[in-house]
Amino acid sequence: MSSGSSSFKTISYDGLWGNNVAFAQQLALCPLLAVTTSATNGLGMGLSTAAVMMLSNGAVSAARKLITPEIRIPAFIVLIAAIVTVADMLINAYMHDLYKVLGLFIPLIVTNCVVLGRAESFAFHNPVLPSMLDGLMMGLGFTWALTLMGACREIIGSGTLFAYASLLLGDAFKFLEMVIIHDYHGYLLMILPPGGFLMMGFLLAGKRLIDARLERAAHSASLVQIQGHA
Amino acid sequence: MEAFLKKMQEYVGYHSVMLGLIGLAASIALAYSSVATAPAIAKVLADDKKASLAQVMPEKLHDNDLLSSSVEVSDTNMGTAPVKVYIARQGTSFSGAVFETSGSGYSGTIRLIMAVDGEGKILGVRVLSHTETPGLGDKIEVLRDPWITKFNGLSLSNPDEKGWHVKKDGGMFDQFSGATITPRAVVKAIKQGLDFFNAHRQELLTSTPAK
Repeated sequence: MSSGSSSFKTISYDGLWGNNVAFAQQLALCPLLAVTTSATNGLGMGLSTAAVMMLSNGAVSAARKLITPEIRIPAFIVLIAAIVTVADMLINAYMHDLYKVLGLFIPLIVTNCVVLGRAESFAFHNPVLPSMLDGLMMGLGFTWALTLMGACREIIGSGTLFAYASLLLGDAFKFLEMVIIHDYHGYLLMILPPGGFLMMGFLLAGKRLIDARLERAAHSASLVQIQGHA
Repeated sequence: MEAFLKKMQEYVGYHSVMLGLIGLAASIALAYSSVATAPAIAKVLADDKKASLAQVMPEKLHDNDLLSSSVEVSDTNMGTAPVKVYIARQGTSFSGAVFETSGSGYSGTIRLIMAVDGEGKILGVRVLSHTETPGLGDKIEVLRDPWITKFNGLSLSNPDEKGWHVKKDGGMFDQFSGATITPRAVVKAIKQGLDFFNAHRQELLTSTPAK
């Protein structure tokens, strides 16, 4: 988990890659598997989770001197639930098209263990700004994980990419909607829950491979350096 | 301030009072945003309803506001709750009725909205919500497949009783490959809607909805 280091670079790296919610911490697998039937769904869920995490981390951090360790869990849950409910109402009222796509998933953000996890492990021990940054970066890390997984499942499952993205982002993003494979009858398994598990396995393995390669490269680079000195 | 807080936190009561205050602050935020967003939410829900009514009831066929002209009709075949029927009028003459009907699909209820003209002919049908298998049963959505538009213009006498089934059951409606239960449920729900209109036709044609 986070070491509590608060430099901008470390927080961003941890959130986006090193300590990525989905692919490193392997938390929040329930929304990861449930909503990633298309890239658009993944993107929408990821962005709303990121916004909620930024706000909840900020609120928890602001109140961290008032909240004693004994009452921290119920206090966090009340704060998170309130923020999510307010976000739910705001999106319903002012971004109704987005709400029609995401409606069901927004209240479920409350139950996302990552939101509580970041409040507990980071925001409770750090000042407001680094905490909000941590929430945002963790949220964006979760967003790319969801979007990538949604994209893979969507391409294999239905042959399209970012279908209905204009409902989520507005008509300006219509160019994102692509048909990757024409006259494709779909590979239903990838859309159904087993496809989620399969794709998650492949993506986890992919991240491990990249990490292993990076480590080996760093290792040999330092070897060269040592040899150079000798 | 810090020292005072530290001292207060030694009391047992601090925890419960603080938790209470946090709950109070959260409630105030919730109450405020609920009140502030209520009119906007009511408006978008009404717009949604209007849009779904307009999908099945062509606008050129009526000049009244559907949302403000509805009657409630009880029918045991359509469930325990009374059915809300929106009456479309052109001037003073009846031009159609819009109502919801539903059927049990493969994995849950399929809700449909349909419009019927005075002769009992279908003006339009759309699926409002369903939980059918993605990729198989979701061809009942008009966005994915034009299948549902084939019901336009049909009535209880066209096709006859036998025709109101999917082809697999000897009727005239196509099922989808891999999904028979879903279209079967839709056909049955639409037939049920037509039966409902037929049974209450006189009542609906002469009804005077509250303005």
